[in-house]
Amino acid sequence: MRSPRQRSEPTEHGGYRRDPEGTHPPLDSPSYRSTVLRHPKQPLILLPHRMTELTGPVFGEDRIGPVDHDLTRQHAAEPQGQRIIVHGRLLDGNGKPVPHSLVEIWQANAGGRYRHTGDRWPSPLDPNFDGVGRTLTDARGNYEFITIKPGAYPWGNHDNAWRPAHIHFSLFGTAFPQRLVTQMYFPDDPLFAQDPIFNSVPDPAARQRMVSEFDLARTVDHWALAFRFDIVLRGSAATPFEDEEHEA
Amino acid sequence: MTELGSTPAQTVGPYLAIGLPWPDGPYATVEDAEHAVWIRGIVYDGAGVPVPDALVETWQADQYGRFASPADSNEVATGFRGFGRCPTDLEGLYGIRTVRPGPVREPDGVEQAPHIDVAVFARGLLHQVVTRIYFPENERANAADPVLTRVPMERRDTLIARIGPDGYRFDVRLQGAGETVFFDV
Repeated sequence: MRSPRQRSEPTEHGGYRRDPEGTHPPLDSPSYRSTVLRHPKQPLILLPHRMTELTGPVFGEDRIGPVDHDLTRQHAAEPQGQRIIVHGRLLDGNGKPVPHSLVEIWQANAGGRYRHTGDRWPSPLDPNFDGVGRTLTDARGNYEFITIKPGAYPWGNHDNAWRPAHIHFSLFGTAFPQRLVTQMYFPDDPLFAQDPIFNSVPDPAARQRMVSEFDLARTVDHWALAFRFDIVLRGSAATPFEDEEHEA
Repeated sequence: MTELGSTPAQTVGPYLAIGLPWPDGPYATVEDAEHAVWIRGIVYDGAGVPVPDALVETWQADQYGRFASPADSNEVATGFRGFGRCPTDLEGLYGIRTVRPGPVREPDGVEQAPHIDVAVFARGLLHQVVTRIYFPENERANAADPVLTRVPMERRDTLIARIGPDGYRFDVRLQGAGETVFFDV
């Protein structure tokens, strides 16, 4: 979606670095059929980063309820499925943690069904699972959710199409160009090969950055498995030389 | 410097409505703020059909050109958040309650015409698309705006809100005739 001549060229005020070609999916990705009528056909126009793009909203604790980070404790009883910890760090492209930043997630239940009126495939809803969470990163950019592993689910994109299990993530960072909505996948999913959404990311290395790692060290004996998912938002071109002693 | 590759974007999918809307999402300013207005519009696809599963987010300065962000040291108007978020309904309609922003004066002295940055997310959009809302009252400032002047003259009107009976109207056409101008941010 970005034209090559504008790559990594800092704007007049520094602003945010442009991602290399292949990092993000092209809006026109015909194997994902819903893109056909929804992608712009006119070329995008370069927006230099000025005040509106160098700023962004800040959200505080008032937006977060006490069990918003724990999707297994939002109802009277626990949901069905494999209990997991999903955690990681929110960083910018300079390796700097993004502290106190809102992280929102939503997902299907263990059987691959969303609590949404539009999802009608014959897998049961779980009365104890909404599939929605939110939290703030801490001072070091760490976040953690407790949830259950979502199931894969079928969709109508192509013959016998199945989405690999995933959790939707929404991130703000500190400025408008850092806004990111992505999906976290699970390691070694056999459904990757047939999924046009996962494969819409042209660069295979970038694609792998959407796949969480199994994290044995963070599993809790007799209680939960753990997956680590670090998320990187665009780095600022304005401060190219961070002092690296602070990077743990 | 550590330089890390960004995490790629993915679509919000068809079920964003369970996760992203907030009860107070549409209120970029408090409901009864002075000069508060609604900006409403419909998001259309390339067949001219309303998109009922999109999310519109807005980010803007207050009426004095100040941002509710740590990167702007100025105090904003009371009750002003500057960020709005609204899912489209079954008719493709969204609405944001806000104030018309003031001109934004940049540190280098450049002045931008009053504008709102807009991001649209939807099933079928693998990355949000970004556009801007400008206002018809600011004809002279619009003609000198450093961003609007990058846009071919014949497409500029897709970025200018219209005055409606109860506020402003700003439709988004993702594709085809009258396609909205989108920016590479």
